[in-house]
Amino acid sequence: MAQRVLVKGNEAIGMGAIAAGCRFYFGYPITPQNDIPEFMSAELPKVGGTFIQAESEVASINMLLGAAATGARAMTSSSSPGISLKQEGISYMCGSEIPGVIVNMSRSGPGLGGIHPSQGDYFQSTRGGGHGDYRTLVLAPSTAQENYDLTMLAFDLADKYRNPVLVLGDALLGNIKEPVELKPYRKKPPVKDWALTGCKGRSQQILKSLYLADGELTERNWVLWKKYQRMQKETRWEEYRLDDAELGLVAFGSVARILKSSVDMLRDKGHKVGLLRPITLYPFPSQAVKEAAGRIGRLMVVELNTGQMVEDVKLAAECAAPVAFYGRPPGSIPTPDELAKEVLKVIKKGGAQ
Amino acid sequence: MSAQPAMESVFSPPRSLKPKISHFCPGCQHGVIHRLVAEQLDAYGLREKTIGVASVGCSVFLYDYFDVDVVEAPHGRAPAVATGVKRSQPDKFVFTYQGDGDLAAIGTAEIVHAANRGEKITVVFVNNAVFGMTGGQMAPTTLVGQVTTTSPLGRSVELAGPPIRMSEMLATLEGAGYVARVAVNNIKNLMKAKAAMKRAFEYQTKGLGFSFVEVLSACPTNWKLSPVEANERVGNEMISYFPLGVYKDAAKDA
Repeated sequence: MAQRVLVKGNEAIGMGAIAAGCRFYFGYPITPQNDIPEFMSAELPKVGGTFIQAESEVASINMLLGAAATGARAMTSSSSPGISLKQEGISYMCGSEIPGVIVNMSRSGPGLGGIHPSQGDYFQSTRGGGHGDYRTLVLAPSTAQENYDLTMLAFDLADKYRNPVLVLGDALLGNIKEPVELKPYRKKPPVKDWALTGCKGRSQQILKSLYLADGELTERNWVLWKKYQRMQKETRWEEYRLDDAELGLVAFGSVARILKSSVDMLRDKGHKVGLLRPITLYPFPSQAVKEAAGRIGRLMVVELNTGQMVEDVKLAAECAAPVAFYGRPPGSIPTPDELAKEVLKVIKKGGAQ
Repeated sequence: MSAQPAMESVFSPPRSLKPKISHFCPGCQHGVIHRLVAEQLDAYGLREKTIGVASVGCSVFLYDYFDVDVVEAPHGRAPAVATGVKRSQPDKFVFTYQGDGDLAAIGTAEIVHAANRGEKITVVFVNNAVFGMTGGQMAPTTLVGQVTTTSPLGRSVELAGPPIRMSEMLATLEGAGYVARVAVNNIKNLMKAKAAMKRAFEYQTKGLGFSFVEVLSACPTNWKLSPVEANERVGNEMISYFPLGVYKDAAKDA
């Protein structure tokens, strides 16, 4: 049986990364994710890896770009304002099809904001975030265990699609301490025949995103689009007590784990509610939401922001069900009881009993 | 039928450059500087173990001319990209090739910190005192009084500060290994440029540390001068503000 350890969510990220063969980490200090660079600075040298504390977020994403261009598994992490600065590099990585893992233990904004848990970066994460018509895969853990598991998955998906993958947590998921089963990583590292290692025995290889000739960029964007279509099959979600639900809740990440307790509390009182938790935010589990909307007839989205994922839920529901919303801007973490009361308000307006 | 006498090849273009007509403007010195770099790639036998890092500007087309692996960096970030490449591939030769808009403006932080970390990379810095590709805007290296599209009355110290001297600045960093400024405006300077490039390459191949060669270069199109006049301007105006020489050779005896 795999070893079980009691660790912080941020450390679980680092453990998952190293287990998956990440040997290069580039980062810059920002709360609430500092345990990640601290962990990597201590642990990477033990496995022959390299940790660099970069001069900026901008430099660290570009160091990631460089290391990943040679085929290495590499990661950077930050929190919201720092992730904003990395968007340039993420856009170039998408354009050049260079894989890499970027962890956002998001905090609250806009601006310097604060260090509270928040889901205010949903749009930034799922809409590209930088310039140009691109997508990144976005994985949204809701426990320290998932921080570990999904970080490993992030490396596999990044290499599979030659694309950056975001792991989107928040201050709660980075700092919570809970047991994590250190499942061994058993996959074979992929062969990267596109990597830059010097052109010995082959012709020159180029990783670039500039296309100036007539029609070249059009074609390039279609190639990327086709890849994003292929990515759709990576959609992952969890359903919790949803089968016989008369109100379907939709939430991700930290608020989803709180909401599970609310579901149990409401179920104990006889209210048939259930939860659909997107694990991939891009690709979004639109089909699952659509089916839930059609079957249940009533949805409610809960987010730690003033309403972002709710737009995707409404798009996915295709008007098959009314979509209620409860949003909590940063400042405090809602309790299961508080959320249960909000859900109850929606129930009382009509629908599930 | 007379037999062709066997002839010894005494001169050929560098193998590391593709036999290709360049897109550079007449009188632009990127071609000469490309060749200087390629000659050293050949001399040290590095072509097949090199990863170049292209920057943003006229120099971005590096991969069209150099027959080596190349990754394209965002504007100014080439030293950070090269850091990632070199740390991952320490046995490979890694160089960046950047203009003054790229390196001395938007990429100032990246070059300073890569130099100070002593990254074992080689940076070729082409200083033509102007943003070339975007149409001749003022650069941090634009000379005082120089007319550009964004300094139509000439660069003003009051508005823009004086031109920045990157070699002098980087030479103050404890972590920087080799820093030199050269020009390619005449044969004498070209020979010195070649020697500096050779030494910069030696720094990396011997693992001595970070090396940096600033090359003063003409941009006739954006200076609105003929190729000959532009070349003369390098000698007459640029060198006096940007003195040539080796600013640092930390491993002098190595």
